[in-house]
Amino acid sequence: MESNQAKNSLLSSHDNIQRTQYPYVTGTSVVALKYKDGILMASDMGGSYGSTLRYKSVERLKPIGKHSLLGASGELSDFQEILRYLDELILYDNMWDDGNSLGPKEVHNYLTRVMYNRRNKFDPLWNTLVLGGVKKGHKYLGMVSMIGVNFEDDHVATGFGNHLARPILRDEWREDLTFEEGVKLLEKCMRVLLYRDRSAVNKLQIAKITEEGVTISQPYSLKTFWGFSAFQNPTVGAEGSW
Amino acid sequence: MTKQAANWSPYDNNGGSCVAIAGIDYCVIAADTRMSTGYSILTREYSKICKLADKSLMASSGFQADVKALQKFLAARHLIYQHQHNKQMSCPAMAQLLSNTLYYKRFFPYYSFNVLGGLDTEGKGCVYTYDAVGSYERVGYGCQGSGSTLIMPFLDNQLKSPSPLLLPAQDAVTPLSEAEAVDLVKTCFASATERDIYTGDKLEIVVLNADGIRREYMELRKD
Repeated sequence: MESNQAKNSLLSSHDNIQRTQYPYVTGTSVVALKYKDGILMASDMGGSYGSTLRYKSVERLKPIGKHSLLGASGELSDFQEILRYLDELILYDNMWDDGNSLGPKEVHNYLTRVMYNRRNKFDPLWNTLVLGGVKKGHKYLGMVSMIGVNFEDDHVATGFGNHLARPILRDEWREDLTFEEGVKLLEKCMRVLLYRDRSAVNKLQIAKITEEGVTISQPYSLKTFWGFSAFQNPTVGAEGSW
Repeated sequence: MTKQAANWSPYDNNGGSCVAIAGIDYCVIAADTRMSTGYSILTREYSKICKLADKSLMASSGFQADVKALQKFLAARHLIYQHQHNKQMSCPAMAQLLSNTLYYKRFFPYYSFNVLGGLDTEGKGCVYTYDAVGSYERVGYGCQGSGSTLIMPFLDNQLKSPSPLLLPAQDAVTPLSEAEAVDLVKTCFASATERDIYTGDKLEIVVLNADGIRREYMELRKD
């Protein structure tokens, strides 16, 4: 009887566990591609609280270990938790002190399992992650979704980026893109996203990873042009019946 | 006012079609390489065919994350099998293991639709088709996934398998030659690609016979 009650209280406390059923602060698209010497990745720095632009300097591109670069869209606090998991993973790997280190393929696989495991617990990490890296001359670029769907490709983009940026990438991407060409292509994608994705902001970072390591650019803005005549008086030709 | 919640589902359907045909001394397993979610294509180069043992191959469509988990589990079980028995698992044994694995998750299923193809212990082609919770059947040819409703009746029409109700039981393997089977599979996918938005990009064909494994690719429509 008593044990039964104890069990019940345990059960009821279990009922009160909060699971992420919807995101609070989110980041929008991440776009990434392979180029001649490695991987390039771009994301803006906005953090949206619903449709309110709450934060404007969020870094969503982070280096992981020696050979990997992680980009995240979705819930930003969940991203920070993932970064803590990865910090521990890299630390424990380092402690072997055997000259070996986890490459992008291993880190991507780890993320895949973390995301899938959390969806199995009905407590998902609300993110779409992009993982890129170079190790021993091998370029790697992959993606993982909130429920564990994962794949590799020559170029990837999350969220709106899959709709707006990937068609451009499929058109213009080449295996032997130079750094300058790659940056130009990413900026073209980011500009389309800036114009068309309402939660995108004009402050972005581009990160590069090669055999030499990770370089993340300082935040900067894209040049935009709003002077199209169609923008001047948008209600012309859209008169109401009144 | 109630909070407008962005809801989530633990499942997704990433689409794709799988076909397998068994012949007297070969087996052809084929699947397209498109992976989609909703109306979007995630990638055009995702292999749905997984080598489980020397003589069994599994082609799977459905929810990619579940399929991956299933493949990893079967690979782990097969490794244990090799350590314990010092041999490769046979295709019929793998077929039973796959069924048990799927049924083990009967109340939180792997959302995966599989066809298992290979050679049995006599070297004869064999195909097993499954549903998501593990019911399975040995057949002469099989088809699963988003384009299965378009492909299956065509295979039935072309191959006319003997009824499983016939007594004595008739052999289900198809009378086709290996080259004819490969051609038939190509036709199936070329047609399914026309009408099924989740099938396309590229066709991967794996042929298994006494000589070993051979892979072939055919481009499909990308729209």
